Amino acid sequence: MSTEFVRVDGRLPDQLRPIKMVVGVLDRADGSAYVEQGNTKVLVAVYGPRELHPKHQASPDSAIVRCRYHMAPFSTKERKTPAPSRREIELSKVIKDAMSQAIFLENFPRTSIDVFIEVLEADGGTRCASINACSLALANAGIPLRDLVSSVAVGKYKGHIILDLNDEEDEAAEADMPVAIMPSLNKVTLLQVNGVLTEEEFKQAFNLAIKGCMEINRIQRETLRSVYSSIKGEED
Amino acid sequence: MSERKIVLPGELLVEGGEYQPGSNVFKYGERLYASKIGILSIVKQTVSVIALHGVYEPKVGDTVIGKIVDVGAFSWTVDIRSPYTAVLNASDYFKGRFNPAKDSLIKALKPGDMIVAQIVDFDRTKNPVLTVQGPGLGGVTKGIIVELSPSKIPRLIGKKGSMINLLKKEGKCQITIGKNGLIHIVGEKPEYEELVAQAIKKIEREAHTTGLTDRIMKFMKKGRELSVN
Amino acid sequence: MKTFKVVSQLVRARMMDLLSKNSRIDGRGLLDYREIKVEKGLIGRAAGSAQVSIGSTKVLAGVKVELGEPFPDVPDKGVLTVNAELVPLASPAFEPGSPDENAVELARIVDRALRETEAIDLKMLCVEPGKKAFVVFVDIYVLDYDGNFIDASSLASIIALLNTKIRSFRVEEGKLKYEDGYMPLPIRHTPVTVTLAKPDNGPFIVDPNLEEELSLGNRVSISIDELGRICGIQKLEGSLSIDEVFKAVSIAKNVAPKLIEIVKREVV
Repeated sequence: MSTEFVRVDGRLPDQLRPIKMVVGVLDRADGSAYVEQGNTKVLVAVYGPRELHPKHQASPDSAIVRCRYHMAPFSTKERKTPAPSRREIELSKVIKDAMSQAIFLENFPRTSIDVFIEVLEADGGTRCASINACSLALANAGIPLRDLVSSVAVGKYKGHIILDLNDEEDEAAEADMPVAIMPSLNKVTLLQVNGVLTEEEFKQAFNLAIKGCMEINRIQRETLRSVYSSIKGEED
Repeated sequence: MSERKIVLPGELLVEGGEYQPGSNVFKYGERLYASKIGILSIVKQTVSVIALHGVYEPKVGDTVIGKIVDVGAFSWTVDIRSPYTAVLNASDYFKGRFNPAKDSLIKALKPGDMIVAQIVDFDRTKNPVLTVQGPGLGGVTKGIIVELSPSKIPRLIGKKGSMINLLKKEGKCQITIGKNGLIHIVGEKPEYEELVAQAIKKIEREAHTTGLTDRIMKFMKKGRELSVN
Repeated sequence: MKTFKVVSQLVRARMMDLLSKNSRIDGRGLLDYREIKVEKGLIGRAAGSAQVSIGSTKVLAGVKVELGEPFPDVPDKGVLTVNAELVPLASPAFEPGSPDENAVELARIVDRALRETEAIDLKMLCVEPGKKAFVVFVDIYVLDYDGNFIDASSLASIIALLNTKIRSFRVEEGKLKYEDGYMPLPIRHTPVTVTLAKPDNGPFIVDPNLEEELSLGNRVSISIDELGRICGIQKLEGSLSIDEVFKAVSIAKNVAPKLIEIVKREVV
């Protein structure tokens, strides 16, 4: 049975890496968050809604979302040049799309909501960690959301279906599948498959991904709540 | 009625057709969900969330405090800390008797100047339009300006003005509240203005806690004692 | 210019009404493709080329094979690189300039399906491990845009590759020796891509035309190979419920064989 398979870092197939989430880490941004999943570290800042210039890019009846996913040169095994790569361009698009579904864009016509993602250290699952941080940052900025978006990747590695791949597993995997969902509304907003799976394997992997997303969602909520429970009235 | 319960975006609040969504709450089927982090408030059949974060969304009739950021031929552009910059027309400032040959906009108000104004027009298709005609409105020349999250303004005012009146009395200051999260404080001494500013910051941090009014009262009294010495 | 991106309310209303009755504005069934036409070998200078039309959408894919270097981390294999351009002449929607996010996404979707299935046996294109290998360039040009350039690009690419001829060669003691005549590329699998769209409340359709693409807010592309394996998924816009995800995969698996038929038919 798959459950006896022990992974390169000692985890079981359905185990997440250690997670750390912090909200409101930057002062200038309207909202911000920092997320660690294993060694992957991402920082997200949100600005907006704010007036959009040039005006012709703006939409008369809703806000537009601009998203930049960027990896720091020191974040990867080999130094990555600072110029946007094709992968970063694609990930900026899919992350933007995954988050846009959650935002009440129609509340802020003619504005833009700008999301800046910096990957500080990349060890697999960067787009998922980014989405998790974006949700926290948007909530932190007080932008009205339908739900938090929660994301994790699953994959097929040496024949086993596993959850939350690190970079080593990602490179060797037969398939890797990042997923994001708005749990309250049952809406999948990110779904990609890179690799080869049978329909049966896909079903198994996807169901595991949803379970993983639910756990991530729980941690995101705990993180947001803890901001307030830790502030008691101070007698000074 | 649940007071002081903190809810998060996407959190299910109530289920059932008899409830209506209030601010920061949306309906999906028969269920009501929160759209912002805030405190749940159910009054009669209306479910609202008092947001703990968020930008100022302009409303006609609101008093706001803004900063002049640009001067045009017939109007000033005013930053009111909302997604939309506001417009103050020369015709409003010069009470309808604007003479481009004689009156200079930049001599009247220049970038960096602060004004207390009221929003007279705003909808989805245009930016907010301001007026400085009215009691208490106009340029700001003395005192200090404090910024806090607009969502905390209700807490700053308090039930029937209890909190703001406390600050005015104990701080011996005139306080003008801009709904956009800017507060103008003018006091007898700079130390009093500073004390009130710190009290406001404390209210912002602890807006979601109980017993805040008493703690602020203690804070103000202690602060006044210290400043006397 | 934004004007073309706005679909008239009347068209939208008609579309939704027809969908609720399981039919579409152009009379197609929900799972029908528009007419697919293929022309091969149009570009003499390319090692292989194919132009695929799906309805009015036209995509031209050209293949060039050149001697180059293998990737340092994969020294014993040839190289595949896929590039796509949404050229301005195809649509008022496409602006001149370097490939934007849609072009990059298109290239990467087509690339992933080819790469992950190992459609090209890249080991056979290695000449001297770590030093010399053949590089297969697939360049996709969207020439006319009436919706769904992804499926057309996917078809054009695999058909172009299947019809590519390179100079016959063999490797003798790490040295490249050309022989007389030409040979095809070593192609082992034929992945295709099926793009589906659906309104928030309504059925899935396959092969959205431009109006459908602009009106239906949820779209997903699913790549399937001739063995029925899923070799790529990209949710493009909108969102899907968990059940809808499984449904989309099932539809794609059922529709893909028709496209693979077309591919097999076009092998010279």
